[in-house]
Amino acid sequence: MRPVIPYVTAALLFGLGVYGVLRRRNAVLVLMAVELMLNAVNLILVTADTTVRAALPHSGQVFALFVIVLAAAEIGVGLAIVLQLYRLRASVTVDDVPLAEAPAPATGAAADGGEGEK
Amino acid sequence: MTGADVLLLALGAVAVGAGALVVATRHLVRAGLWLVVCLGALAGDYLVLGAELVAWVQVLIYVGAVVVLLLFAVMLTRAPIGPSDDLDRPGWPAALIGAGSGLGLAVLLVDAFRWSRVALPATGTAERLGEQVFRSWVLPFEVLSVLLLAALVGAIVLSRPDIGRPGATPAAAPARPGRPAGPVEPARPVVAAAGDEGGRA
Repeated sequence: MRPVIPYVTAALLFGLGVYGVLRRRNAVLVLMAVELMLNAVNLILVTADTTVRAALPHSGQVFALFVIVLAAAEIGVGLAIVLQLYRLRASVTVDDVPLAEAPAPATGAAADGGEGEK
Repeated sequence: MTGADVLLLALGAVAVGAGALVVATRHLVRAGLWLVVCLGALAGDYLVLGAELVAWVQVLIYVGAVVVLLLFAVMLTRAPIGPSDDLDRPGWPAALIGAGSGLGLAVLLVDAFRWSRVALPATGTAERLGEQVFRSWVLPFEVLSVLLLAALVGAIVLSRPDIGRPGATPAAAPARPGRPAGPVEPARPVVAAAGDEGGRA
């Protein structure tokens, strides 16, 4: 087995994930690109498990399992945030999210009051 | 080139091609479906590399749960039939950074490993991996269970509009004694659900 093949696959997948995170505006597509990056890391871990003889056997595969669990938790919280954003603004475009700290309480209270009254 | 190499090359090409389509397609739903192809090819990669349990967990959790959740999110937010033009921001910097990091890492790894060959180790079956997880890696395992609980609670708090918002609670608290408590409490979820339905339609 030539370990360079899965390593290069993982590197290219990671690059695609970085490109997707920077390029996409839809928050769900950004999460998909994040999944690509996490999977590239998983492939690196599993391949390293075959090439590196560590003191503990199968450590890389155990780490890959841990990363899969982390990704599941991340996607759960991320989708909750995305759906909440859609409920508040009727759009999941990342560019439209206000990042300024100062007007957040006023608009948040106004939006909440409006939502409560609706 | 052995059979394993040919399989790794083919599955890697499928994974990278499907990944490119995930980040390049203009159809929201098709991006999720190409993600299934990419993750399935990666599961095949894991099988060839001898990570049996990881491959099946990948199919179970990624293809079975994560992609279904992503498709749910696509359908719940906005699922236009046909291509949408506003998915991307015009981005040469994104292409530059993505290609730079990907190709840079690839060059680094090619330089590190060349065309060397290793023998495949023993297959990572559930028995061997379970022994490692519950013997050497018990503490991270327990920490991960706490993290999953935290993610569960966090997702519930985020998706309930009536709890967890510090700005909302003081504003809502003085209003409650004025109004009759009975009709307000049950009315809220109904109104929120109706608003959600209207927004979705």
